Amino acid sequence: MAKPPLLHPRPEGLYCPAGDFFIDPTRPVPRALITHGHSDHARPGHGAVMATRQTLDIMAIRYGEDFAQSRQPAESPTRIGDVTVSFHPAGHVLGSAQIAVESPTQRIVVSGDYARVPTPTCLPFEPVPCDIFVTEATFALPVFRHPPPEVEIARLLASVAAFPERSHLIGAYALGKAQRVIAELRRAGWDAPIHIHGALQRLCDYHVAQGIDLGHLRPATEGKKSDFAGAIVIAPPSAFAATWAQRFPDPVIAFASGWMQVRARARQRGVELPLILSDHVDWPHLTATIAELDPAEVWITHGREDALMRWCELTQRAARPLHLVGYEDEAE
Amino acid sequence: MSLAAFATLLERLAFTPQRLGKERLLTAAFTDLPDPERGFMLAALTGDLKLRQVTPSLLRGLTEMRADAQLFSYSYDFVGDLAETISLIWPEGTRSDPPLSEVVDELATTPKTRLPALITARLDSLGPSERYAYLKLATGALRVGVSARLARSAFAAWASLPLTEVEEIWHALQPPYLDLFAWAAGTAPRPEAAARAPFRPVMLSTPTDLDQLSTLDPAAYAAEWKWDGIRIQAVSDGGTRRLYSRTGEDISAAFPDIVELMAFDGTLDGELLIRREAEVAPFGDLQQRLNRKTVTPAMLRSHPAGLRLYDVLIWNGEDLRDQPYDTRRAVLVKAVAPLGPRIDLSPELTFQTWEDLATLRLNPPATVIEGVMIKRRDSPYLAGRVKGPWFKWKRDPHLIDAVLMYAQRGHGKRSGYYSDFTFGVWNGDELVPVGKAYFGFTDAELKDLDRFVRNNTVERFGSVRSVARSKVVEVAFEGLNRSTRHKSGVAMRFPRINRIRDDKPAAEADHLSTLQALLDKD
Repeated sequence: MAKPPLLHPRPEGLYCPAGDFFIDPTRPVPRALITHGHSDHARPGHGAVMATRQTLDIMAIRYGEDFAQSRQPAESPTRIGDVTVSFHPAGHVLGSAQIAVESPTQRIVVSGDYARVPTPTCLPFEPVPCDIFVTEATFALPVFRHPPPEVEIARLLASVAAFPERSHLIGAYALGKAQRVIAELRRAGWDAPIHIHGALQRLCDYHVAQGIDLGHLRPATEGKKSDFAGAIVIAPPSAFAATWAQRFPDPVIAFASGWMQVRARARQRGVELPLILSDHVDWPHLTATIAELDPAEVWITHGREDALMRWCELTQRAARPLHLVGYEDEAE
Repeated sequence: MSLAAFATLLERLAFTPQRLGKERLLTAAFTDLPDPERGFMLAALTGDLKLRQVTPSLLRGLTEMRADAQLFSYSYDFVGDLAETISLIWPEGTRSDPPLSEVVDELATTPKTRLPALITARLDSLGPSERYAYLKLATGALRVGVSARLARSAFAAWASLPLTEVEEIWHALQPPYLDLFAWAAGTAPRPEAAARAPFRPVMLSTPTDLDQLSTLDPAAYAAEWKWDGIRIQAVSDGGTRRLYSRTGEDISAAFPDIVELMAFDGTLDGELLIRREAEVAPFGDLQQRLNRKTVTPAMLRSHPAGLRLYDVLIWNGEDLRDQPYDTRRAVLVKAVAPLGPRIDLSPELTFQTWEDLATLRLNPPATVIEGVMIKRRDSPYLAGRVKGPWFKWKRDPHLIDAVLMYAQRGHGKRSGYYSDFTFGVWNGDELVPVGKAYFGFTDAELKDLDRFVRNNTVERFGSVRSVARSKVVEVAFEGLNRSTRHKSGVAMRFPRINRIRDDKPAAEADHLSTLQALLDKD
């Protein structure tokens, strides 16, 4: 490319010299643009933070109101220095956005994390034409072909029906995945109360306040052991190792994650019912998105960059790995 | 049973954590399924379906016709299981659900040249979990968390038969086990071992130490050297002679020199060794004769095998397994005498106290001795690893402190973790790799090592990561061989990571000269 790109990687993260800001920096910086609220992308301690209103709210819930010195909700295209930035839905979690950075001669889209399967919990991914597409590669291996969510929810409900005397404990990360599981269960017609771990309460409340119907939620600490027979309980995966899990009768341990497609991963976690439920693009969606956008260059942030580089080589696309450190390689 | 039902069973077995739950799934299958499907299912789980012509390299080749070789290799590296990788990466086609017996039958009878086309056609017409089940079946390595013993014990429980009786005849049975299921149903007698010279389950020992021994009466035990060869069972029955490994694999073809000497009628337990005159060669020499279908005359001359006997199970038609050790030993002493110098007796050690034995253990007369065996004098010959009558008291391993140099992702249950480590020691001011280890650590230590690799990668070569030279590990190993293949000139036997030495800076790790000194001593 003849003209220098608007962004380049620095140890803190992707940097835009023309606007003097970073996107999803992993260390505190004077000005940060944040794609979404997961803790490896949204960190506290920056000077000024620009993000969608929902992402700013989520950061305030997670880190407290003083997570940054100043904040600016991204609403319409905004000029910063010599570039214009705009935020576009990424379909990953509530508030998630791709960030488009453009000058009169170049547009780069930083997708953050993204998904193409529509979910009840956030706006769908919006394809934005661009010269350089900066993509994640979390599930960038051709073995990852995630089944439709309704298939996985049906497996969960079949297991609940098969073991009416046991409770089902579903491990799901607190932002996005937990609400996604709840919303998918509601969509499948499960209308009994769903019991949630205390760590999920505030983020679930926030989803409800944003107009996402999660039905009847109840703290998992209420009730005696026998009340949980046949019940569905959702908690962050870390809770399962704690004594917290002992209150439930002979629980079936489930885990909702795209990694559950690999058996060994499920077994390592002691999972009895792996649910393949991802908020990232799988291989067909990832490669189809790149083909659809057809950018002049693909930049790869984190994940299985080797494999995506190879695919780009096979399809004769210019691509480079950024080797950004600090993003969770395998948490989902 | 259809292939889809078999796939579901495998999935449920793999994800059911408790043994009891797995047994329940199996007994339900024995009840619900007709013959021959249930027999094939059982054989698949016990590893007795002989479909071994389907090699991993054949499957790799087929997959590379359907997917890019490099993407396939990255995927395999990540998933850690060949069958699972192929089942996930194979392009979607039509869906069919053939009966298990049909699939087993065609894999067993199709000539080798037509196998690739057959397998490709099958994979093209199955869904991902059926592809997985199919490939597991075809390669014979199910690894679904059910051991052959668990499958047999579930069968015995379901059939209300004593497990030992089932185990006893197992090696003479053929899938799909129609005679076995008829016996279970009470419509036929117990199938007698049809084959001559059957394998009998071997008696195994448990590890011990001085603390544990000090609570026992030394007079009640016999002791002998633990020879570092391979444990075998030599059976000669009405003219049929077979040499079995301790898992019941027939290895006669690789050791015609031993088979020739087996002029007796009975079942003997002993150690296979390479012997040059009176001297026993190191294990490395024996390894060169293992895993060979046939053996050349030159190899027979340069690596002559011998048998050192521990025990007798059956002698001249009499089953001695219920007799005490001392009685069997007396029979063995008489039995060995006429068999000649290449088949001899493992001598008993003389000791009064456990301290006497400890002294002997520290000063063995040969380097191929890897400790002592301790056997209760009144114990019968029991199948399996029973705790109590037999102990092994191995010599202590060698230890060195080495520096972690490279790491690779593990496979199987370790997939996703950096669990294969190459480590090195100092040679001047340079680190030279001296070995690889992928076990020995605890789960917590594995997490620590994995985190270290992820945070300290300095270079990547495909799937291998080169790490900062700052992590010291204590490596335990059993012995050292000279090696021309390794830059360091040494090759370790059975190396494993004993513990992590975060208290030690890399500069204080051991030097190559320490290993060379050990080599010279041996």
